[in-house]
Amino acid sequence: MPGSAPPVAPPPPPSTAGAVKRHHWLVRLTHWLTFLLVVGMITSGLQIYAAYAKFGERDGPYYVNPFDDTAFPQWSRLGGWLAGGLNWHFALMWPLIVAGVLYLGYLVASGEWRSLLFRPGDLRGAIEMQKYYLRLRKDHPRQGKHNPLQKLAYTFIIVVGALAVLSGFAIYKPTQLSWLTSVFGGFQAARYWHFWTVWIFTGFLIVHVVLVFVVDPASLRAMISGRYRGRFPSHD
Amino acid sequence: MTDRRAFLRLLAGGGTASLVAACGWDGGNAVRPLLLDVSRLNDWVGEKILFSPRRLAREYPITERTARLPSYFISREMPLLQNPNSWRLQVGGLVRRPLALSLDDLQTLPRTTYTVKHHCVEGWSAIATWHGVPVSAIAERCELLPQARYVRFDSFDSGYSNGWDLASAMHPQTMLAYGMNDNPLPPTHGAPLRLYSPTKLGYKMTKYLVSVTFTAERPGGYWEDQGYPWFAGV
Repeated sequence: MPGSAPPVAPPPPPSTAGAVKRHHWLVRLTHWLTFLLVVGMITSGLQIYAAYAKFGERDGPYYVNPFDDTAFPQWSRLGGWLAGGLNWHFALMWPLIVAGVLYLGYLVASGEWRSLLFRPGDLRGAIEMQKYYLRLRKDHPRQGKHNPLQKLAYTFIIVVGALAVLSGFAIYKPTQLSWLTSVFGGFQAARYWHFWTVWIFTGFLIVHVVLVFVVDPASLRAMISGRYRGRFPSHD
Repeated sequence: MTDRRAFLRLLAGGGTASLVAACGWDGGNAVRPLLLDVSRLNDWVGEKILFSPRRLAREYPITERTARLPSYFISREMPLLQNPNSWRLQVGGLVRRPLALSLDDLQTLPRTTYTVKHHCVEGWSAIATWHGVPVSAIAERCELLPQARYVRFDSFDSGYSNGWDLASAMHPQTMLAYGMNDNPLPPTHGAPLRLYSPTKLGYKMTKYLVSVTFTAERPGGYWEDQGYPWFAGV
């Protein structure tokens, strides 16, 4: 009960219990694999984007897009030309999907989805956590492996990942998978949403890395070695 | 443990991919062939799993036509026939009855017409109406030999050509188009005759046709030989 927990000494003391097991090897592997593959997908995607840097049927109207006709710098593009970008993109998508499915499969099989999936019951805890960050409460609310705001962020990014894959297939096969393309509002709309997932991933990546270093650097080591030796003990 | 090792290999591959993004790299001599292998695998998925010989692409009302459908050719200048009246479409290869068809001959064959969305590999799309003869109607008349598995479409646009699998060519919406948007096919779009299909990317639809050849071996193509996907189904 994060909200009703009695106040404890601020801020949480460093764990004295020594290292605790935090991440299964499959989680660590798919985490880093996903990172590298997403970078590869984004950079090859920017190469593909260069061929038609807007969204909408040829006559217009065009979707609102701050990057209309933007030529992204060469260092940010993978593939060298359109065919190269396409071939990278369509090669990296398979290991990325495999990594995603393995990771989600592990979450379900191990039951760890419970500490990650944001559910309506987490709303109260999320508000308390937000209060703590806004200095409206002094003590750090008790939490499990992740606090409710982390759960919200990770649940959100998994949903965005699924949307990126689905909108990607909607663009890849707009005739054979026309039902999927229609779900996204048509071919150009699917391209549009696919492109937005790029900026959500990029934003998430930046915030994620900043928070790791500012709030809990020990979590970086935990994602490499699997063992956590930081100041946010799990109350599970 | 095998899983783990396989993943470390993948990780190494994906990692290299990301880290070399900095130089607009196409994979170099070491990785490019690997990417082309995966592209062939994707072709297989597109052809054997996703493509259906019966599923039809959506048609649109003519009011949704795009005013200006972009066009291109690879020759320095727009390919034009010196003498349009002597033009014939040569149909041959693995057939019992090779044909030489004039534009008039083609217009007496079964006519099909549809308004569909064009998908360019670059990412743009546009809607147009096409009028022509189904490729399957031509195949019926020239009587294919059982060894025929592929079709090569050749043009008079500086040797531009495309190779197709037979199933895609026989799809009911694959046509040799002599008309566009209620008019004769304009020279910008491949007059007098071009290949059209809403189930493939634009670069697979050979313009300025001179011949249709049924083959046993998989023919290459202008862009396909340079690294673009061969099947290119959408």
